[in-house]
Amino acid sequence: MGNSVGLIDRLKENLGGKKTRGVALAILFAVVALLPLFANNYIEEVMTNTFFYIVLALGLNIVIGYAGLVDLGYAAFFAVGAYTTGIFMKMGLDFWFTIPISIVFCIIAGIIIGGPTLRLRSDYLAIVTLGFGEITRIVARNLKITGGASGLVGIERPTIFGHKLYQITDFYYTFFILVILAIIIAMRLHNSRLGRAWQYIREDEDAAEAMGIDPVKTKLYAYMIGAAFGGVAGAFFAVKMTAISPETFAFTQSAMILLAVILGGMGKIPGAILGAVFLVFFPEIFREIGQTRMLVFGILLVIIMVFRPQGLWPQRKS
Amino acid sequence: MHVMSLFYIVIQQLVNGLILGSFYSLVALGYSMVYGIIKLLNFAHGDIYMVGAFVGFGALGIFGSILGVGWLGITVALLISMFLVGLLGMLVHRIAYQPLLNKRAPRMSLLITAVGVSFTLFNGVMVMTNGEYKAFSTSLGYEGISLGPVNITYTQIIMVVSTAILMLVLYWFINRTMYGKAMRAIALDQDACRLMGINVTKTISLTFFVGSALAAAAGVMAGVYYGSIHFYMGFIIGLKAFTAAVIGGIGSIPGAMLGGLILGLLETAGTQLPFVGSAWKDVFTFGILILLLVSKPTGILGKSEIERM
Repeated sequence: MGNSVGLIDRLKENLGGKKTRGVALAILFAVVALLPLFANNYIEEVMTNTFFYIVLALGLNIVIGYAGLVDLGYAAFFAVGAYTTGIFMKMGLDFWFTIPISIVFCIIAGIIIGGPTLRLRSDYLAIVTLGFGEITRIVARNLKITGGASGLVGIERPTIFGHKLYQITDFYYTFFILVILAIIIAMRLHNSRLGRAWQYIREDEDAAEAMGIDPVKTKLYAYMIGAAFGGVAGAFFAVKMTAISPETFAFTQSAMILLAVILGGMGKIPGAILGAVFLVFFPEIFREIGQTRMLVFGILLVIIMVFRPQGLWPQRKS
Repeated sequence: MHVMSLFYIVIQQLVNGLILGSFYSLVALGYSMVYGIIKLLNFAHGDIYMVGAFVGFGALGIFGSILGVGWLGITVALLISMFLVGLLGMLVHRIAYQPLLNKRAPRMSLLITAVGVSFTLFNGVMVMTNGEYKAFSTSLGYEGISLGPVNITYTQIIMVVSTAILMLVLYWFINRTMYGKAMRAIALDQDACRLMGINVTKTISLTFFVGSALAAAAGVMAGVYYGSIHFYMGFIIGLKAFTAAVIGGIGSIPGAMLGGLILGLLETAGTQLPFVGSAWKDVFTFGILILLLVSKPTGILGKSEIERM
């Protein structure tokens, strides 16, 4: 593993210049944008799935990476988004109007879970978020409005400018745009006043408080924004799948997103993207290992934490 | 008459709650001990309990044919499981946690490592058992003491008594032996202990052994009591036991015992409430946890501490 990391480091040194990086990004962008012209449905499906996890990983990255808060129940926000959209669309509302509602509901969920618990120790937070994730799943399974254990089925496909999104290529581009938006927002947040406040709190909460930053409020913002990311991703997930069930949002889901963030390197946007790509590609490439996949993930998580806690993406030299 | 039947229901539920509480207490002890000594929320502890149940199942399968599947066979299986799973706990500590402790890594890294360990154990058992339920077949009957319509089986009595014995042994171990003293000292000040010549790493390892062995005991007993085991059984009980540890005051040994019993009783009472029912009982428990964390995060017997970030 050390070897491959060294390789990435060297590669990055060679790519070091701003210009080369710009060119590389442009090429990457062009390849991804033009991919549906060459690729078959399977590849498009995998890529769409990757985009989806990138959005989730970027959202969780705000909570974990930027603000340094543990969240083991991130799938709950994704569930709230998906169910909100699903339920309101069943009531006849247009998809595009359900998105802001989903965001609002997710932010409320973020406040409910974050408000009382963000004052607590970080490890208490871990268990509360985990409990919250489970509660959300159980509630979805027991309520009538969420369709019980079988979930919601037959969610309508959305239309945009009279064009109905139903082919995989449609969703490929929809999610691609979503990823670009998410990256821009994540980057802007990172460099904003709020982003700096998060980093300050993560490094030294007492000092940050002494400098006039309200830690609880600032942390709550991280929760709310992270939740909103999950909500948007969930809304699009609902219309892409047309069916959602409580088991989609089990702890495994939260753990996968967490793994993507940690694998790539907490707090880093390229890291979160790399982690999400790995997360989706790995089981696709190693299809035959099937069930053992999650076992490998578990071992991997331990190995990363023990040997390379900063993640796969190289540390910025300062 | 109506009052009497209500009384019987209460007694019956009290017994059920006590049994459930015993399991919670045993698992909560491991959480609390590890937390007390290295401030790690050992996320994998619920899975250790689950592995304990499976090791006990395997041991009963092997020794059951010689010793029978009655109390003798079960006791042997229980002891084997406690020993092996205790070793597993030590192994996990050595491989996954100690390297991070040596580096003085942030607590978040430790926590995430624990999630990784949990995933590994959980999925490891799932792969090995193909995710099937295993029937824990024993020859224990339903004979017991009858108080009117209330029936308390000998199995239930033995479960509660064994839990009490394990706890008393633990209490003696922590408070009366040198190792226990070392554990308590490390919880107060690791660096000072090192200067005094206490082998800190070994003592932490021992804590993992004891905590894991207790969880394994709970796992085997739960397997015997409920009759079937499953790879998923550790997840929820891990959460519940953590809740129990927090109720009692995390880091406190008597707190974990008390917290487990309180949670067991609360939960059984909760399922009797008309608006809770069994479908909502986990929500009820987590609701208690969140309420408690907000109102009294130090728990009943915990000491308040100021956290330095």
